[in-house]
Amino acid sequence: MNYFYLPLEEWTNNFVDFWLIPTLGGFFDALSVPIALILDWVVYLLLLLPPELFTIILIALAWKFAGRGVAIFTLVGLLYLGSVDLWVDGMQTLSIVIVATLLSILIGIPIGIWSAKSNGVNQVVRPILDFMQTLPSFVYLIPAILLFGLGGVPAVISTFVFATPPCVRLTTLGIKQVPEDVVEAARAFGATSWQMLAKVQFPLAIPTMMAGINQTIMLALSMAVIASMIGAPGLGNIVLAGISRVNVGLGLIGGLGIVVIAIILDRITQGLNPKNS
Amino acid sequence: MKKIEVKNLTKVFGSHPKKGADLLKAGKSKDEILRETGMTVGVNRATFDVNEGEFFVIMGLSGSGKSTLIRLINRLIEPTDGVINIDGKDISKMNKEDLLTVRRKKLGMVFQKFALLPHRTIQQNVEFGLEIQGIDPNKRAESAKKAIEAVGLGGYEASYPDQLSGGMQQRVGLARALASDTDILLMDEAFSALDPLIRKDMQDELLTLQEEWKKTIIFITHDLDEALKLGDRIAIMKDGVIVQIGTSEEIMRNPANEYVSNFVEDVDRSKVLVAENVMIKPDVVTTFKDGPRVAVRRMQDKGISSIFVVEKGGKLKGLLTIDDAVEAINKNKWVEDVLINDFHHTSPDTPLTDLIGIAAETKYPIAVVRNEKLVGIIVRVSILSGLVLGKGEYTDPESDEETLSADHSPIEAGGDQA
Repeated sequence: MNYFYLPLEEWTNNFVDFWLIPTLGGFFDALSVPIALILDWVVYLLLLLPPELFTIILIALAWKFAGRGVAIFTLVGLLYLGSVDLWVDGMQTLSIVIVATLLSILIGIPIGIWSAKSNGVNQVVRPILDFMQTLPSFVYLIPAILLFGLGGVPAVISTFVFATPPCVRLTTLGIKQVPEDVVEAARAFGATSWQMLAKVQFPLAIPTMMAGINQTIMLALSMAVIASMIGAPGLGNIVLAGISRVNVGLGLIGGLGIVVIAIILDRITQGLNPKNS
Repeated sequence: MKKIEVKNLTKVFGSHPKKGADLLKAGKSKDEILRETGMTVGVNRATFDVNEGEFFVIMGLSGSGKSTLIRLINRLIEPTDGVINIDGKDISKMNKEDLLTVRRKKLGMVFQKFALLPHRTIQQNVEFGLEIQGIDPNKRAESAKKAIEAVGLGGYEASYPDQLSGGMQQRVGLARALASDTDILLMDEAFSALDPLIRKDMQDELLTLQEEWKKTIIFITHDLDEALKLGDRIAIMKDGVIVQIGTSEEIMRNPANEYVSNFVEDVDRSKVLVAENVMIKPDVVTTFKDGPRVAVRRMQDKGISSIFVVEKGGKLKGLLTIDDAVEAINKNKWVEDVLINDFHHTSPDTPLTDLIGIAAETKYPIAVVRNEKLVGIIVRVSILSGLVLGKGEYTDPESDEETLSADHSPIEAGGDQA
């Protein structure tokens, strides 16, 4: 099938080397500053808290929103993290997940609402989301390094790219699922489109949006190992070390740590969803 | 005074609605336009007026365009052509802000599927219209409270819609429309989703509420019985066209075409006719001048076994049977002392359907009373002839009395005052 040669590789490299970095390098640097700042701040805060206090807070949240079983699991899970001496790594992973998820929510929900309201926007956003979800995540690790260097910031950015689509999609779905007759009633009573959004569509879309945020958090955690390849600290790094040293035990303790955090976050965020409580 | 004037209101759904409207003007039919252009005519040059305080019913089967028509009035659907004057101002040409103001201040709406906000309490749902107008919270709570009381839902303010039955949810829908205190209520099949008993209650209450709150109502229904019961005037729609407008009486008597007459044939006369239509003029004795002897004499003359007694001015006192009258003469008592009161009475606008059961079990005539005055009586035969003949054709009680005495046993005939 080799009828002609497509120099996509050269084009891309030329584009990145001679246009993207010289032109937008400053922009990406500027972008990375606040992200780095927030990330450092979150890590600092999580490590500042005594592990015992943090555990009590998480158990209380789990008990309140997800019931006694999850509270017990939280205790056991966090005891495990401490006992394999991965507490600091766990908090680093958690920080990246928190910052990436916040970024996803901050950007994903407005875009989700916008594409629910405008068909044109939806037409543009959908293929981009498809692209973000299907493109192997290793592929955008490379430009992430080029643009943001190594460490936590490119990890947050690539996690954001990987984890945002469900947040956008389920926000759009949630808004569109609001019953037509309720929207019509609000219009009949003279609601402006802003009032419609604030008083009718947004509150009724919350359960679906919460499901999207839950998915986003889960995807963010699943990026932990991959993101560690570009220098993200945390549990992923432990697993990566296990792989490179063919140390099964090291891989397992890191992997179990990710599972523990995933289950705790999943159950608590599901419990926050008004639809499930 | 004309509250709403609708002229040549047209809605065409499709790629070139204006062209469709022109084709309608050129005399093409709905089917021709669909075949030639693929566009659907929703409403075809509808013209009607609604007076202030009037209960105007638009009735038609599904697909007749009635739901489209009501949504054109508050521009939930944009009209293709035509004029909609509300208090003399054409809403179809208004800009966005004016339209919002008219929707907020003049046009309340009640929906078939209630369309309540599930995340808000009843109180918050009823306040919704006022809230989006930016009314002060205390003031809107007060208006909402009043509306909730008016529909009989006091005590449910803190409940959520899914905790209420369908009938109660629609009361909330009604209260929400009342709370904004608009002059006009648009009601889109408001009672169609309710079961028949609840529906009847709601119809009765709506009539009372309309009187109390002085609303102009446009009510959509597919049920002719409902239309006849509620409407001061009724517009009948078919294929987007209003085929007839008139009072129930006019529509029943002179159906404009076969479509209307097919509807009317199915009507249960017992729901259309009311007590007033079938009652007959009673023979009475008056307390201030007639004694028991006059009463007996009069009953003998007419061949009846009981007679109503009224005061001066026609106020109903009670019923005197022939046995009691004779007893009064023998024991020298006053007529007042032997009157009985365990007969049924009813108001002139009670539907016949409510009287059939009573007529079947009572041994005395039913008294028709307005403001405590006896205006007529209903005997079994008047209900029967009303059902068979319709109103107005039963005018000669004398001949019916004869028929009845011939057909029935003397005891029963006596019981019916005939």
